[in-house]
This record gives sequence, structure tokens and C-alpha cells, in this order.
Amino acid sequence: MISGSGRPGPARSRDHREIRPYGEDGLLVEVLEPDGVLGLYAALAAASIDGVEEVIPAACTVLLRLRPGADSDRVAREVGSLPSLDPDRQPGELVEIPVTYDGPDLDDVAVLTKLSVEQIVALHTGRELTVAFCGFAPGFAYLSGLPKDLQVSRRDEPRTRVPAGSVGLAGDRTGVYPRESPGGWQLIGRTDVVLWDLERDPPALLRPGLRVRFTVA
Amino acid sequence: MIETRVIEVLAPGPLATVQDLGRPGWARLGVGRSGAADLAGHRLANRLVGNAEDAATIETTFGGLRLRSHADLLVALTGASSPLSIAGQPQALNAPLRLGLGDDLVVGVPKRGLRGYLAVRGGLAVEPVLGSRSTDLLSGIGPAPLRAGDRLPVGSAAGSVPVVDLAPVPEPEVEPVLCVLPGPRRDWFDDRAWPALLDTTWSVTQDTNRVGVRLDGPALVPNVDGSLPSEPLVPGAVQVPLSARPLIFLADHPVTGGYPVLAVVSRADLGAAAQLRPGQRVRFRPA
Repeated sequence: MISGSGRPGPARSRDHREIRPYGEDGLLVEVLEPDGVLGLYAALAAASIDGVEEVIPAACTVLLRLRPGADSDRVAREVGSLPSLDPDRQPGELVEIPVTYDGPDLDDVAVLTKLSVEQIVALHTGRELTVAFCGFAPGFAYLSGLPKDLQVSRRDEPRTRVPAGSVGLAGDRTGVYPRESPGGWQLIGRTDVVLWDLERDPPALLRPGLRVRFTVA
Repeated sequence: MIETRVIEVLAPGPLATVQDLGRPGWARLGVGRSGAADLAGHRLANRLVGNAEDAATIETTFGGLRLRSHADLLVALTGASSPLSIAGQPQALNAPLRLGLGDDLVVGVPKRGLRGYLAVRGGLAVEPVLGSRSTDLLSGIGPAPLRAGDRLPVGSAAGSVPVVDLAPVPEPEVEPVLCVLPGPRRDWFDDRAWPALLDTTWSVTQDTNRVGVRLDGPALVPNVDGSLPSEPLVPGAVQVPLSARPLIFLADHPVTGGYPVLAVVSRADLGAAAQLRPGQRVRFRPA
């Protein structure tokens, strides 16, 4: 129980997690081991703990939204003792995304990374990436696994309009804009693949845990 | 032939949207929950006309809504304290009211509060998207905001006809005090930030919508350098962005955010947060 004046100390569990209350209906689980979020997310999805309404992964945390009246102490104990699943042992479905590498920031990325355009394309298509989490817009997937040599900061001036299908880089992430929106990522290409379609079930092509490989269109 | 019962929008006011209890379960794909910003107002309006609480209502913003009925309907308006008239006659809020065929319903500018909820017995039967009829203005999912000329279908009534005449509901407060719990990143701030949040009378800025309510007052400065990796948000999260002024997230909040959450408004006071209007003052108290 947390008082209004005392400082809450997060509970530590054996799998390098810290569990913090997030309002009356939330528990925020911080995963302290690198790339450990998907393993916990997979375990939580498989465990379906009583009282948990929704499990939402993010960069280093997983939010559990609880049903009103759920016993958050009990849920926290169960989460604390839940072993993570190893995502490598049950790899998600592989999605291929053909890309035309002619983005407006390709030359800037070449300068920033000291790579040629050919090398950028080879690195971007050269390995399987993983959907870490979704956010920003429906169907926008933050992909992890980008090679270090390809990691660049966001643009200094975000664009007010980024076209749907634009493929971008930001820090250790890459991703595809599902629809036209503002955005600050460095755009290196575009794809015709539809990332978000309400007529499809599920509407998002890319879901947390899925593997992605970019190819040259 | 089955006659469709319809209500026609003559004018939506500054913003009117269709809302229900929202669409839980899609945040992992980047779609927030949305739903009525003041859930208590939405639920009460539905109860007054004998609807289930998940029936779709109209959420008004600063009043200004004018409707014409093309059927005999039972309606109720809750939330912000707006003048209300039907066929030119003043009517009570928080009460079931008959809206006859051809009658106009007019919601005026509220004296207090921001958002009103108009329930129609049977609920608004617009097409659901991902299991909800809510308009999510951030993600662009759900029915478009209402426009003059829209004809909204009304569903068939379920539940028994209510016997209540008037629900005793207090008006939105002039200077509400919202109950807050410590947020998950309170430890990103020094010991002065939490007392400063509680001791300050904050003013509500113009930058206020269904996504959130931006407040003005003293700076709350995190004492951790660097940015927070994106983490999930909840309605009521009091986030402190680079401006160092807090922002209370409401129904259409982003799924994740990259700034620390100092506090969370308790569930019971979220409706009061959704009734805050620009220029108003607000305070916080610990749970």
C-alpha cells in the first residue's frame, strides 16, 4: 500500500523486474535486462492472470491494465514470480516488406553514418528485425535489431507531413509510417505494403514479437 | 418495412462526437481506448433513459448542439451545466425527457463544465469500429465528429423504461480539487516536485482537448538527465513534458509517451478533469 506522502519503492522480482503501481488500475513492470520486454510480454499473454484486462508492451516496460476491483498486490506477486518466455525459442511469424530505397533523407543518413547508399541498403535488408512494440499511430511498429552502424538521431526539424509507407530510422529503431502523419524519423525509403487495414483481422500487419525482414523492391 | 428512427444534426457546436465506453484491448497495436471523457456523465445519461451503460451517446464540447428528431424519442442530457430546450421550452438536465417527432433540441453554452452527454433511448446505432462507436480524435478511428446534416440512426430500446424523474447530481465545481496517486516516475523528480504539485493552484490553458489538459503554473523539473524510453500511458496520467508544466491525459491519450509521469488522477476524479475548461483553476490533493 502506498501513502500519499511516502515515496513508493518499486518491488523487485527475481527476473530483474521492478513493479510500480500506475494509478488504481495499473501496474507498470520495468524490465531491467536488455531486450527482455518481449519475453515477459509473451509470458503474460500466455499466463492470462486473473484480473488483468490488457497487457501493453513498450520500450523497457509492460503495462498491465487491471479490471476495476482486481487485487493489484496479488497480480504483482504473480507477475513477479512469472518466468519470462524466451522469444528465440518460439520465434514469431516472419513478415517481408519490399522497400524502394529512395527516401528524402538517404543522403543525410549516408553522411551521418559515413556509409554509401548501397551499404545502407545492405545493412537495412541484411538481418531479421523484431517488432518491439506499437505506438504513435495505429499499426506503427517500433522495430528493434537495427545494426549499430545504421543508428542515427532523428531529424532536427520534424516533417509536418510524412507520406504513408515511408520507411524511417531513429536511434536504435526503424519503422514504417502506416498513414500520412507528422514525423521526425530519417526517411530512407518507401513501401506499398499496407501496415494498417481495418478490414483485416487483426488490422495491424506488425504485432509485438513478429519478425520483419526488409527486401529491395 | 422497418422504419429507421433517426435524429438529425442541425449544428454540432464547437465539437460533438459519438462516444461509448471505448475500445479496450487494442493498445498493443497502437490504438488507445478512447471513449467518453467523463464516463460518469455518459453512464448516468444512459441510465436515465434505460440504456445499458455501453450504449453510444453524443459528447458535446462547450454546448452549441442543435438536433431535430425524426421520431418519438426519450433523451437525457448530463455533464456540463448547459441550458437545454426542447421545442423552445426550457428543460432540466439529468432527467429523462420526451423528444417528439419534429422537435428541435438545443444545448446552450454551459455555465460550468465543458462536456455534455446526450443519451437517446436505444442508443446511437452508428457503425462500430473495433468493437466501439467512440470517436478517437488522436488515432482517427471511429465515426467522424458530427457535422450539420448528419442523420444518426437510433437503436432499438433494451432494458426497462426508467422510473426516475431527476438524478440529483452536483454541478461541475468552480475550482475542483482532484485526488492524485503518486505516478510511476515520481522518483524522476526531486523532493520539491510532489509538494509543488499539491500546493499550487494551476490554471487550465487553451491547449485542452480530448487528448489532455495542459496546465500552467510553476516549473516541475525532473532531476534525471536524458529521456525516458517510451512507456505506456493511462487516462489521468499527469505527465511533465519538456515545458516542465504538467499535462493531465484524458480519453484520447497517446498509447505511449516519452516523458515522466509524476502523478495519476484517481478514477473517481477523472470526470472532473474532463470537465475542466480553459481559464479555470484546479488543485490536486493526495489520495
